[in-house]
Amino acid sequence: MTRPDDTMQPTLAVEHLRTEFAARGGAVTVVNDISFTVRRGEILGIVGESGSGKSMTAYSIMRLVDAPGCIAGGRVLLNGQDLLGLNEEQMRRVRGNRIAMIFQDPMMTLNPVLRIDTQMIEAVQAHQKVGRAQAREMARAALARVGLPSPEERLLAYPHQFSGGMRQRVAIAIALLNQPDLILCDEPTTALDVTIQGQILHEMQTLCRASGTALVWITHDLAVVAGLADRVCVMYGGRIVESGHVRDVLERPRHPYTAGLIASSPSRNRRGAPLRQIAGAAPPPSELPSGCPFRTRCPHATPVCATMPEADVQDGHMWRCFHPMREPEGAAHG
Amino acid sequence: MDDRDDVPLLELRDVSKRFAQPVDLAERLARWLTRRGGNEGVVHAVDGVSLAIRRGEVVGLVGESGSGKSTLGRVAAGLHAPSSGTRRWQGADLDRLPAAKRRRRQLAIQMIFQDPYASLNPRLRVQDIVGEAPVVHRMITAAQQADYVAELLQRVGLDASLMRRYPHQFSGGQRARIGIARALAVRPELLVCDEAVAALDVSIQAQVLNLFMHLRAELRLTYLFISHDLGVVRHIADRVLVMYLGRIVESAPAEELFTRPNHPYTMALLEAAPVLEVRRIDFRPIGGEMPSPLRPPFGCRFHPRCPHAMPRCSAEEPALREVVPGHFSACHLNDG
Repeated sequence: MTRPDDTMQPTLAVEHLRTEFAARGGAVTVVNDISFTVRRGEILGIVGESGSGKSMTAYSIMRLVDAPGCIAGGRVLLNGQDLLGLNEEQMRRVRGNRIAMIFQDPMMTLNPVLRIDTQMIEAVQAHQKVGRAQAREMARAALARVGLPSPEERLLAYPHQFSGGMRQRVAIAIALLNQPDLILCDEPTTALDVTIQGQILHEMQTLCRASGTALVWITHDLAVVAGLADRVCVMYGGRIVESGHVRDVLERPRHPYTAGLIASSPSRNRRGAPLRQIAGAAPPPSELPSGCPFRTRCPHATPVCATMPEADVQDGHMWRCFHPMREPEGAAHG
Repeated sequence: MDDRDDVPLLELRDVSKRFAQPVDLAERLARWLTRRGGNEGVVHAVDGVSLAIRRGEVVGLVGESGSGKSTLGRVAAGLHAPSSGTRRWQGADLDRLPAAKRRRRQLAIQMIFQDPYASLNPRLRVQDIVGEAPVVHRMITAAQQADYVAELLQRVGLDASLMRRYPHQFSGGQRARIGIARALAVRPELLVCDEAVAALDVSIQAQVLNLFMHLRAELRLTYLFISHDLGVVRHIADRVLVMYLGRIVESAPAEELFTRPNHPYTMALLEAAPVLEVRRIDFRPIGGEMPSPLRPPFGCRFHPRCPHAMPRCSAEEPALREVVPGHFSACHLNDG
């Protein structure tokens, strides 16, 4: 599937994506005008809190949004091809083949009553015309690549015989089976211990560099993105409020929400002193204010914020705010 | 009230907690037939741990899942009876007190749980969740309950008019505050917080941590703060204990532990934890996983994963020894 113009064309280009849920009193927009690109071998972090729409963005790209939800607009271009225009049969050939997804809970991927080899062989043969023995060999190789000890034995095991970290590795191995162009990871290490998280981050990083796979890493943890990603999108209330290179966004945040998140991290506060905090809690998507979704919690909000600000872009660093932060460290005013 | 500073508020001495899988008839028969002795179903969740918490102190307890930190917290709070060892409250052995007296003493230790969804009874109104215990323990009368609960809710930053509502009507952060109000209702002196902010969003986490620190100053509270999040523990704790497979492997004042860790496991933990300040790093993780507590490794329990392991480590268990004043570590490397 590699094309000559790979260097020019992003692996994934999401343009003005919009996902809505039908509800009493009208549609609720959970993904609102989202646009971003990921290139070959690049790692894009998507950061947000619960309800920010970060997971729904991934589900929308995979077209896994169930009723009453629906994708209401925009385009999702995988190597230039709009996935939203495919029929269900064509889309099935894309999922698990050109795009793979890794979930927070590996049991979303694994079938608890089937042996690992059965599941992995099935995943290969669903997309490639290979014999059973060859598919099994590919499965064994994939398990070895994610650092699972004695993969031959592990093929014969059932998911319940693995620890959480091991299961997540198996889920990653399954994602790698068909050498996808893009892997969407939805909080894959959130439930894991830090030393296991470190191992998995290391393996994903190495695999990405070696194979050129594009990676979208969805998380609530800014620190993981800081260490792992090339670029980052910060989501709030269904919108990307800020995006850019990790260094620019984390060291010179322009949106007050990003700045507040960074400032509230214990490492950015004097030990034992009160943490700088963002006031209030994120409203549910059905109760978002008009205009800037953050304005009800923002210390800088003025009446003009009731309309949605246009995107400002400077050297690939984008933010949507009428009153962007100026301080280099982005310390939020209390 | 005992204010002598040399007597710890709570002291655990050589405490162990074992969980045994119940042996059913078939298993007993099989053991009898094969003449195998059997205690292979015993998990040593906490194994010979001693710790002392002084009044006003915040002690952080860190470790990965399976380290026994939650079990130790529950033993400290009196939710589990220790299998062996003693618990002393201001010098008095809690498990030797008459039951009625022990219950009253134990009220001074309250626990705050991780999951703000699972730890509140969904069928009770907030007024009853928070106000039930003080009425039962005759700290207040039923007639005083509403005023008492209103005052507690205000103290934890909630609107008192919400006390007639049910837990599902609150957000995660608000529920965490309800859990805190419930613990405060019986006027505790020591709070055991088991991953109390882990389930909260980043922006809410800072609010709840600030509340903990505010309450500490206002009510002279003492904390045992259990968390897997090293950044949070570093911020809030005065002293930090590191657990691995049921044992304390290192303990030191917080700043000392984070800047000069001694035990290879602590170093591995600190190395693996991502931090905001580091960009696009090469993760160099420590290999392997924590072994099953059913069959802990012989000798030092960390030796199968330790980059510095030597023959002695698999033969002999290192004792927790003071390496510099106030800084304890259980590692053979310190013997030179």
